[in-house]
Amino acid sequence: MINVTIDHKAIQVPEGTTILKAARMAGIDIPTLCYFELDGMKFENKPGGCRVCMVEVVKDFNGKPRRNLAPACATDCVEGMEVLTASPRALNARKTVVELILSDHPNDCLQCEKSGDCELQSLAARMGIREIPFKGAQSTYKKDHTLSVYRDMDKCVYCRRCEEMCNKFQSVGALSGVNRGFPSVVSPAFEQPLGDTSCVNCGQCVQVCPVGALTLVDNISDVLKAIADPTKKVVVQTAPAVRVALGEEFGMEPGTIVTGKMAAALRRLGFDYVFDTDWSADLTIMEEGTELLNRVKAFLGGDKNVKLPQFTSCCPGWVTFYEKNFPDLLEYPSTAKSPQQMFGAVTKNYFANKIGVKREDIVCVSIMPCLAKKSEVARDEFKVNGDPDVNFSLTTRELAHMLKQCNIDLNALPEEDFDSPLGSSTGAAVIFGATGGVMEAAIRTAYEVHTGKTLPRIDFEECRGIFGESIREATVDFDGLPVKVAICYGLGNARKLMEEVRAGNPNGYHFVEVMACPGGCIGGAGQPYHHGHSDIIKKRMDAIYREDAGKPIRKSHENPDIIAIYKEYYGEPCGHLSHEQLHTHYFDKSDKIEATK
Amino acid sequence: MANIKISEDKVNFIKEVCKNFGNKSGEVINVLHQVQGKFGYLPAEVQEVIAHELKMPVAKVYGIVSFYSFFTMEPKGEHPIDICLGTACYVRGAEKVLDAFSRELNIPVGKCTPDGKFSLNTLRCVGACGLAPVAMIGGKVYGRLTPDQVPGIIAEYK
Amino acid sequence: MAKYKMHVLICGGTGCKSSNSLEIIEEFRKVLAEKKLSEEVQVIKTGCFGFCEKGPIVKIMPDNTFYTQVKPENVLRIVEEHIIKGRKVPELLYTNPENKEHVSDSKHMDFYRKQIRIALRNCGFVDPENIDECIARGGYEALAKCLTEMTPEQVVDVITKSGLRGRGGAGFPTGVKWGLCAKNKAEQKYIICNADEGDPGAFMDRSILEGDPNCIVEAMAIGGYAIGATKGLIYIRAEYPLAIERLKIAIRQAREYGLLGEDILGSGFNFDIELRYGAGAFVCGEETALIHSMEGMRGEPTLKPPFPAVKGYMGMPSNVNNVETFANIPIIITKGADWFRTIGTEKSPGTKVFALAGQINNVGLIEVPMGITLREIIYEIGGGIKDGKQFKAVQTGGPSGGCLTAKHLDTEIDYDSLVAAGSMMGSGGMVVMDETSCMPAIAKFYLEFTCEESCGKCTPCRVGNKRLCELLEKITDGRGTMEDLQALRNLAAVIKDSALCGLGQTSPNPVLSTLDNFWDEYVEHVVDKKCRAGVCKKLMQYVIDAEKCIGCGKCAKGCPVEAISRTDYTAPGHKLASMAIDANKCIKCGACINNCKFGAISIK
Repeated sequence: MINVTIDHKAIQVPEGTTILKAARMAGIDIPTLCYFELDGMKFENKPGGCRVCMVEVVKDFNGKPRRNLAPACATDCVEGMEVLTASPRALNARKTVVELILSDHPNDCLQCEKSGDCELQSLAARMGIREIPFKGAQSTYKKDHTLSVYRDMDKCVYCRRCEEMCNKFQSVGALSGVNRGFPSVVSPAFEQPLGDTSCVNCGQCVQVCPVGALTLVDNISDVLKAIADPTKKVVVQTAPAVRVALGEEFGMEPGTIVTGKMAAALRRLGFDYVFDTDWSADLTIMEEGTELLNRVKAFLGGDKNVKLPQFTSCCPGWVTFYEKNFPDLLEYPSTAKSPQQMFGAVTKNYFANKIGVKREDIVCVSIMPCLAKKSEVARDEFKVNGDPDVNFSLTTRELAHMLKQCNIDLNALPEEDFDSPLGSSTGAAVIFGATGGVMEAAIRTAYEVHTGKTLPRIDFEECRGIFGESIREATVDFDGLPVKVAICYGLGNARKLMEEVRAGNPNGYHFVEVMACPGGCIGGAGQPYHHGHSDIIKKRMDAIYREDAGKPIRKSHENPDIIAIYKEYYGEPCGHLSHEQLHTHYFDKSDKIEATK
Repeated sequence: MANIKISEDKVNFIKEVCKNFGNKSGEVINVLHQVQGKFGYLPAEVQEVIAHELKMPVAKVYGIVSFYSFFTMEPKGEHPIDICLGTACYVRGAEKVLDAFSRELNIPVGKCTPDGKFSLNTLRCVGACGLAPVAMIGGKVYGRLTPDQVPGIIAEYK
Repeated sequence: MAKYKMHVLICGGTGCKSSNSLEIIEEFRKVLAEKKLSEEVQVIKTGCFGFCEKGPIVKIMPDNTFYTQVKPENVLRIVEEHIIKGRKVPELLYTNPENKEHVSDSKHMDFYRKQIRIALRNCGFVDPENIDECIARGGYEALAKCLTEMTPEQVVDVITKSGLRGRGGAGFPTGVKWGLCAKNKAEQKYIICNADEGDPGAFMDRSILEGDPNCIVEAMAIGGYAIGATKGLIYIRAEYPLAIERLKIAIRQAREYGLLGEDILGSGFNFDIELRYGAGAFVCGEETALIHSMEGMRGEPTLKPPFPAVKGYMGMPSNVNNVETFANIPIIITKGADWFRTIGTEKSPGTKVFALAGQINNVGLIEVPMGITLREIIYEIGGGIKDGKQFKAVQTGGPSGGCLTAKHLDTEIDYDSLVAAGSMMGSGGMVVMDETSCMPAIAKFYLEFTCEESCGKCTPCRVGNKRLCELLEKITDGRGTMEDLQALRNLAAVIKDSALCGLGQTSPNPVLSTLDNFWDEYVEHVVDKKCRAGVCKKLMQYVIDAEKCIGCGKCAKGCPVEAISRTDYTAPGHKLASMAIDANKCIKCGACINNCKFGAISIK
């Protein structure tokens, strides 16, 4: 431990503690902008570039004052150090720096998507900025969007969080700092549209952007229009991770479970049928679990062509990632569609038929914690004669905005149930929302289907947790058959696993779960902004497992509505009809160099 | 993502250069130097191939190309004109010489004439401060320049 | 080596090369061959002699005759008169501008008299492409001494005691830096030579590399031995093809002679050098940026600590020194720390190489002892201001430095006195300005440079310098206010205090020093809307004196923007109506003035 004094307050901190963290321990909150950390989740952006957190070191290691101000985020404390975080000199520099940033910012806060959630806006308010003394050139860049991400780089403050996220955490490499000096900006190569690059629409750049430079593509008006259209039946499904985060937008504690209130709210909005993606998550487990068992059995039976490990395929960011980067390994992921798309397929086939409405007259809307889902719904293979199985995918944040627009306060609503038949679900489905959940749900079912025995222990703790090892692995004893599984989140980790598989799967994995976002869907890019507080993600995870534990049925194959639909419609998992409707195939989307003569 | 069209000779040359540097992404600047040395500039498709060979994001390659002033995505003219804007040349009137070239060729700095004959760029100190202000055309150095000499110099190359 | 009676040394540095020195070399070889003198007279292409103003330079040894501004057609006469008959060619000798006498020996020229050549000791004396010549002048003696007689600690100790400070700018003690790196244990360490000279108007490093590449190779090997590095890397500008070529030759020859490679001189010490190319980024002079650039990334600086001595190239302990610093090392080893300390000042021992340029008679490369005054440099070595004009300022330290004025002429220059005067040593650019330089415009020139070269990573440099530059533009355009002058100062102070790296922290120096030293000139621009130097175009107006104008219309024909037209006033005694300039259309190119033979057009 070393002794430091911050704003005349003496404290002891472990060696290697930055001034910023030491100050926080002392109850002093130094403002930051570029600095971003997901504590415990191996993501840190610390370029020391914005110079907002500048402090005055009045006594340095040599007993003398430091010549220049020091960035608190990136300067380690040393024994005997004395720091002033709010001296006139530090305050003046900090204020000037914020004014400089604002002098190259559109300052159109009232129209900005990020208004109210913008870190620069709060910083300006906190610094008491009343005018911007500097006038001059403004950076202007072409606005651009993918199906999920909207880019307005005029608002970029060059914190580099998105670049770090895209390259270091996701290893996607769509973004880089380009140019130098005043025209510096984060951009794809050649300032080409983001949609033409290696971008997988995971949207984590949006989740970490402190300002309104990177935002989502908003589909609220599309959905409101559909609801208002009397010729349409509008069906809504909500993903597991939404119910543990939506409350945050209404002032509730992170980790508050709002499943019942959410169902009520959706009904108030005017959706004709309020269903649950959890239901189709149970269906996914039936298909994907059966596929796994089939592959393992074939493998043990000596089939050399069978591909193992089987990768999960519910995360669309991840699916696009392997289509763009691993075209040679397209046969490894499960062919099962994601729960969102299974739901869409069931709605527009089975359910449309059941209620006697043409599929074109049904509008299927999903509420997702995710930005990549917006591009998933637009995939051609998920359309029939141009009509998509899922028409619009909204995020948790958009749902909150829509409720507020429509004067619905979640706090004031009663708890209601989902509609039937696509509304009932098990605990296995809800844990899809957290990293390791799909794996745990699959094991619960696959074990019992394979062994015919009851699982001795339903809570599979080895799969759980958002902190710790980047890639977690475990071996499950399927009654004498050891099944080796691995779980990771973050596409950088996924890349490592894929490269391992390419090298011959030396660890002998049978089943691998990958989620693109930190902590899985609970940390998705469509969730309320966590601003780097990993404890918020942790609370959402805890809520997921609470919801699971509280469910009367916790194994997908025991869901009576699932049993019923197989009996009534699909026959059996991985059967002919389910192959047609519930499974998909993948495409080589990698860059090709075409040499011409 | 897209299909990148580029001539076979170029691809082979780039592959060879990358191979000579062990296909290591840390060598990208050396690769860019050699490739620009051969082609004169670094168009997008060339950067795509380099990224592909060195297994690094093309955004990062472009990040480097757009950072260093030596690298260019604009083709150079048959007679590249570089005006020294080092301090020594500046205080001896280099800006006026630059203006004269720009006016005479009717192109802004950093661009190439439509016929591809001349391109105009600035650089910082060629180390011939004794001759300031200085311009270089191809490898030839013109010293102690005044704006009125400019039309005559350009005429030499027409 | 063959025994030659005479040597003809011809400068092959960039400056002289630009004025055809290579043709002179060819001509000498041809003429000497014709006269059958090739066996007796050796022609050597050397590095820079320093006196670039009078290039191309040809020196005849052993009588040390110094010919200036030689043309290929003069060669025959030099050979016939000087080499064959032993008579000097007077009209090619340097003429003392004061008494108009010819001076044949460079020792007696004002330009050289006050110089002490340590870093440049071999430049202009050896063929840089021949290691034997370097060895004949004591090259690699210091390396041999280190490897056979000294421990690495002793080498560090000598350099520390010598008081040598980094010649790249900030002046950090080199020995201390080496000591820090030496004490860090690692599998691989690196010694790095920063040859990415990017300062506009500075060419010291290039001249050393072109003139004496072997001394850098030797010094890096010594440094490697001292800090425990077996690998040396030279980060050199790709725009320096000649220096690159000569370094490659020196490295190859040193390898052939066993002065690089495995088990150097049987000492068991292994060391080799590789070249890395810069790609045009001034910020890469900052050592962390340089290291990132060598690693194949954008040359963006990172925060220190960790210092390169702990975590440098490839995460390994590394030591970065600049070219001129290295050039001092071998001679300190051979002659000792005490000898070095006899030169220069107490706190800044030794010499400094400056690139003397601008509105001065003797432009060139000079090496002077620390503690010399600006007056001695400008008026004695530099021969005073060009065309008899008035001295106004001298800029040192390039974009990181400042402008000093007449009141600083007698300041003894070293690292600390320059900082105290509001400038800095920098890498050694020294640009002299006369009354035709406008100081706010000079500040803007440097700020434009900084803006262009800023890596963009930190706000104060990326946006702050841009805003400074815009304020300066406002002032030089005549739109400035007194509040703007205050804003300049405030913003400059914050940038200095809060930018990430050395580039940003020093970038406001040209503004602050000109504000301090030329306040009146700023006020003139703001209040009177006048530029006394006649530089700021927007503050000038081109006018035609109707009484002098004969109405020939030549000005109108040459005007690129058709701003000139005929009036209806005919001055008494003239036949045609006079011309007039439309100030709104005029772009102030000056074409009309050049075209008017009657002196009727003037700038107001």
